Amino acid sequence: MPNTPKYFDEMNGTGSGPRLPYEAYCKWFAGENNARLLEKSEEAEALFRLIGVTFNVYGDPDATERLIPFDLVPRIIAAREWALLSKGIEQRVRALNAFLHDIYHRQEIVRAGRMPAEMIARNEAFLPQMIGVSPPGDVYTHIVGTDLVRTGDDEFFVLEDNARTPSGVSYMLENRETMLHMFPELFSKVKVRSVGQYPRSLRRSLSACAPDACEGRPRLAVLTPGIHNSAYYEHAFLADQMSAELVEGHDLRVVDGRVAMRTTQGYKAIDVLYRRVDDEYLDPMNFNPDSMLGVPGIMDVYRAGGITIANAPGTGIADDKAIYSYMPDIVEFYTGEKAILKNVPTHRCSDPQALKYVLDNLSELVVKEVHGSGGYGMLVGPAASKKEIEAFRAKLTAKPDNYIAQPTLALSTVPILTEAGLAPRHVDLRPFALMSPERVDITPGGLTRVALTEGSLIVNSSQGGGTKDTWVLED
Amino acid sequence: MLGKTAGGLFWMFRYLERAENTARMIDAGLRISLTRSSAAESEWTAILSSTGLSETYASLHGEPYGAKIIDFLLRDPNNPASIMAQIEGARMNARVVRTALTREVWEAVNECYMVLKRLLSQPVEDRDLPRVLQIIRQRSAFVRGAKHGSMVRNDMYNFGRIGTFFERADNTARILDQKYYILLPSVRLVGSASDNVQWDTILRATSTTRAYQTLHEGETDPMAIARFLILDGRLPRSLAFSYRKIEENLGFLAEEYNARHECHALADNLCGRFKTRDMNAIFEYGLHEFISDFLRDSAALGRQIEIDYRFSE
Repeated sequence: MPNTPKYFDEMNGTGSGPRLPYEAYCKWFAGENNARLLEKSEEAEALFRLIGVTFNVYGDPDATERLIPFDLVPRIIAAREWALLSKGIEQRVRALNAFLHDIYHRQEIVRAGRMPAEMIARNEAFLPQMIGVSPPGDVYTHIVGTDLVRTGDDEFFVLEDNARTPSGVSYMLENRETMLHMFPELFSKVKVRSVGQYPRSLRRSLSACAPDACEGRPRLAVLTPGIHNSAYYEHAFLADQMSAELVEGHDLRVVDGRVAMRTTQGYKAIDVLYRRVDDEYLDPMNFNPDSMLGVPGIMDVYRAGGITIANAPGTGIADDKAIYSYMPDIVEFYTGEKAILKNVPTHRCSDPQALKYVLDNLSELVVKEVHGSGGYGMLVGPAASKKEIEAFRAKLTAKPDNYIAQPTLALSTVPILTEAGLAPRHVDLRPFALMSPERVDITPGGLTRVALTEGSLIVNSSQGGGTKDTWVLED
Repeated sequence: MLGKTAGGLFWMFRYLERAENTARMIDAGLRISLTRSSAAESEWTAILSSTGLSETYASLHGEPYGAKIIDFLLRDPNNPASIMAQIEGARMNARVVRTALTREVWEAVNECYMVLKRLLSQPVEDRDLPRVLQIIRQRSAFVRGAKHGSMVRNDMYNFGRIGTFFERADNTARILDQKYYILLPSVRLVGSASDNVQWDTILRATSTTRAYQTLHEGETDPMAIARFLILDGRLPRSLAFSYRKIEENLGFLAEEYNARHECHALADNLCGRFKTRDMNAIFEYGLHEFISDFLRDSAALGRQIEIDYRFSE
């Protein structure tokens, strides 16, 4: 028998009655009956289907539209815990933004010897086209999703900083709507902080970053790759909620030095483009020439101050996993403070010594691709078979620069509803931060992702993960 | 509003209307095959023709045969204009223009799709056919109703409405085009029972039997049927009614955008044909020619609307 690791359960703690933030909920839950809740669960699923909260799975022709499973037991965070997390996130977001400005300008961090020059120069996500460019309001990371995990009562770690185009916020909002719809009485018993202001905040935050060329009220648009993209629902949802146009590359062109959209009354200039298209596809004239998703010449308009692109091109370097390992230094260098939120200790496999350690301990570590996302291309050592480990060893040895490794964390659990009652499953948390020249605005809570398979540590929706409503309690 | 969105709304409602009309035609064919089996095969062939799918059908299945035609029109994955394909097309357009739809309209069209996807996942048995056809009409009506009750009367609404009436007029005209010969004045002299059945099919295929009888006190007269479907402004499926609506909705667009285009002139011209001509004049000109002209000119109007409002580049 292998040792079963002891995980921190957020509802029950060490096991003697519910933890404080869950008390009111558990009292309510005790009066409920499992069969009724399971029925509610089906009701929620039907609701999601009707609304069309679906995502597409690449390479799965039979299931072009799937639901992300929703678990109706909320994940609850105390006001005190949230105060610390949001402070830590704000600090981190500001540091990332300053870092991005720096690496595309004077690279003080390299001059100061705090980061090797090749970390930037050799990084695939570094965009030379952004050198010397200052985005409107000097904001690079308009929207950041910071992935957090918890391992104990006061132990939080940042797993990743998603600074390109973090997704999932529509689930945060729809999950809350669904809970309000299904359990209105619960919200009169437990005082939960609202998340519904997010679209308005997003609109305000993006508008505050409008370029100099903007006349009058900023005109916003969301750029989507189209209805076949896995996150199309979210793109449409956000455009709708903040009264922006939902555009695709073929709706746009450069007209008189502005990026303009084809309307029923001719071309009209866009001031702020919230793009959900990767840098590489943004501009066939400046990047990938085969891209059909972008706008030819948009980068030239951008550099001339004719449009705001959110997030700014080139921010991808900040969610690179090798850069991640420098985050404690980055935070300290730009804010002059110690990082409030901890990093997971990270081995950069580009370093021969670290590589040796990683290769010797593959069965205990989590190894990730530096540019990977969505839970693809990673190895979870303790959960992998010998064969999988050996296959991964070959990939790692062939291209060590491409990987980082981290200890396998004992991720906290929160119960989900099963036919046999409550059962603990591992979770993570992605809060969403909005940055404008004036402020960093963090919606209380975020998206809780949950691994639905017992014991699994992979919470990604593309790998069978689900989501939960996340409650931050009122003080 | 984006040109693409205007196009999406126009097509979404065209698809829905067409799906509903195809269901009406199957219903008419079914009725005939139940009551007059000898006429059934030729009726199915005529129905197939008015959907413009005869060639597609022939290339896939050869000889026209009732049950095959029904399946072909309902759900054949090789038929790009099956009812299922229309509903899928409507929903795909609805997804594209989702930000222009109210939640009620989106949910109605999404539910329409989900229900039909399930009902049409396998061949529909004879005994279930009437119910399935009814559900198709009903689901389509739900979308129309949701739109009517929840959407602001702005450009978005008008593009959708234009799609609905454009498709409806086209459909009514196609049915007339198939059957014009039994509506010619000379037919009245023949007056055989078979003609009565034919007239009945026309009314059934447009779901206007009851309306016709109410307005004409039970007298079936081919000229009256032709007048009813072409010129009667009271009938929501007549060409006159549909075009009055198109003219009106295009007029709202001209007002909202403060700009008239080529399409407005084309629509006025088409509309004028139903205002100024009486049925005798149409017969004099030739019913078949009148309808052919109409189909040609309405297609041109459709293309012009796409250009004037920049549906695509």
